[in-house]
Amino acid sequence: MKIGSSLFDLGRLDRISNQETAIHGLDPRVKVLVTLVFIVAVVSFGKHEVSGLMPFFIYPAVLIALADIPLGYLFRKILIVSPFALMIGLFNPFLDREIIINLGPVAISGGWVSYISIMLRFALTVGAALILIACTGFNAICHALERMGAPRVFVVQLLFVYRYLFVLTEEASRMVRARALRSFPGKGTGMRVFGYLVGHLLLRTLDRAQRIHLAMLSRGFDGEIRILRPMRFGIRDLAFLFGWSGLIVAMRLYDVTGLLGNLVTGGAG
Amino acid sequence: MHMADALLSPAVGATMWAATGGLIAYSSRKVKEELDERKIPLMGVVGAFVFAAQMINFTIPGTGSSGHLGGGMMLAILLGPYAAFLTIASVLTVQALFFADGGLLALGANIFNLGLFPCFFAYPLIYKKISGKGPSKGRIVTGAVAAAVVGLQLGALGVVLETLVSGITELRFIPFLVLMQPIHLAIGVVEGLVTAAVVVFVWRARPEILEMARSNRPIGNLSIRKVLVGLVAAAALTGGALSWLASSHPDGLEWSLFRASGKEELQTSDQGIHASLGQVQEKTALLPDYGFKKPNASIEEQEERWPAVDSGTSVAGLVGGALTLALTVLIGLVLKKRRGLSK
Repeated sequence: MKIGSSLFDLGRLDRISNQETAIHGLDPRVKVLVTLVFIVAVVSFGKHEVSGLMPFFIYPAVLIALADIPLGYLFRKILIVSPFALMIGLFNPFLDREIIINLGPVAISGGWVSYISIMLRFALTVGAALILIACTGFNAICHALERMGAPRVFVVQLLFVYRYLFVLTEEASRMVRARALRSFPGKGTGMRVFGYLVGHLLLRTLDRAQRIHLAMLSRGFDGEIRILRPMRFGIRDLAFLFGWSGLIVAMRLYDVTGLLGNLVTGGAG
Repeated sequence: MHMADALLSPAVGATMWAATGGLIAYSSRKVKEELDERKIPLMGVVGAFVFAAQMINFTIPGTGSSGHLGGGMMLAILLGPYAAFLTIASVLTVQALFFADGGLLALGANIFNLGLFPCFFAYPLIYKKISGKGPSKGRIVTGAVAAAVVGLQLGALGVVLETLVSGITELRFIPFLVLMQPIHLAIGVVEGLVTAAVVVFVWRARPEILEMARSNRPIGNLSIRKVLVGLVAAAALTGGALSWLASSHPDGLEWSLFRASGKEELQTSDQGIHASLGQVQEKTALLPDYGFKKPNASIEEQEERWPAVDSGTSVAGLVGGALTLALTVLIGLVLKKRRGLSK
């Protein structure tokens, strides 16, 4: 079950990353760079920052819309991943009980504010990483990493892991389905059968991996995996890079939320 | 025990990235110097294998908690430290991108915690020393368990230090340590036992694989079939052990947090916190000096004083925040609509 569902996930993300949109057509390097600028800007806020983080949702919102990424799918992925931050953060409301905001009768402690801040950071950083892969594709990211100076051996390793991951999980999901169809409650799902299944899976995967590798060699594989989208650093890429970086830095330096809020509430603050 | 972006400060994230980047470059050069190109697809396959094994959680006997196979120690024993480090790094990178496990800024720290300690500390200094020149089953088991325990303890310590230096959490050093280390001791023992089972089998079936990793010699013309037999054995053993332990319990870390913090979600009312915290504290045997936060009590608190906020600005902040979010959604929707029309 688990293998099947995570395969579905990987496959879907991979398909989304192969769409043809203006964002997908950009040079992967600019997308990697803007994502990094975005994440660093988000995590560089003080731990009680909440309102300053709000404007940053503009980046995911625009990219989701332009790159045609299904929003529900992205939400689900963000919700299920690594609850580490949320669990560690849950201590804050108990350890920091100093009241820092009074809204009429409701007093909010620093711990709750910093916990909300952690949740916002979490959503933004995780969302940015998923959006990067969804609008770029793993191969293109690896290619970009190599162009930006990552060691060739490591890049080829990343590409191979990714490739074999699909081979392995596809094979495994077929096996799991086959077993489920043939086994009745309590039988055939034990440790022995599982061991055989995984053993055979790896056997087949290694066999296939070697065949693939030989086939690649006989077709002239020289250690470089070429991608269909050529990497051209055009004016659009430049605009994307400097436009977003500029906006992100500006949102980091100026309190956009405060300005908007003051505008509406009559500048009382 | 993946670190997350949300708990990391940029300085800590960047430092860990610099250290990890250097290690990746160094390991890549070593692998290039010492190995032929046949090893590269092999590293890829083994990476995918570890990935698959990591997707299965197992229960730590007697606690109801669960963890997943780290695989770091097993990779170090099977591939040697350099190839293993690169393989771990690649597995964590794929996890960070596709499952958003941890995040991109935290990836450097994660590779450091889960790769450096098993590959470059626990493997050469503990496993190799204990298993010795002429390994036996007992030596391999002892070595693997000791090395896995030490590797994970160091990794957990790394998580604690990186999180505390970042200063986003309010947890202090001792409680956090008391929270993290024992649970990772348990995970380390289980990890070591699973690793040992795999390694002993490989050692019996294909002793030269371990010999190669030990001496860091290239795989050369060793037939892929032979390697395969060893790996299938590893897969069968891991599969067997993991299916026995497989469970859908929460991760060990999360479990220890839930245990430590008690029924936090029931007590979210503002007045109730004070009273209920004492109750929580009673249940918190894991955290002896899990004290109430006093002003200026800790270093990061002194650095990060929240400025006094009057309700006027906070109202403006809240209104502004809501407006910003609404505007953001609106922009997204408009862009989406325009895209739809232009199609």
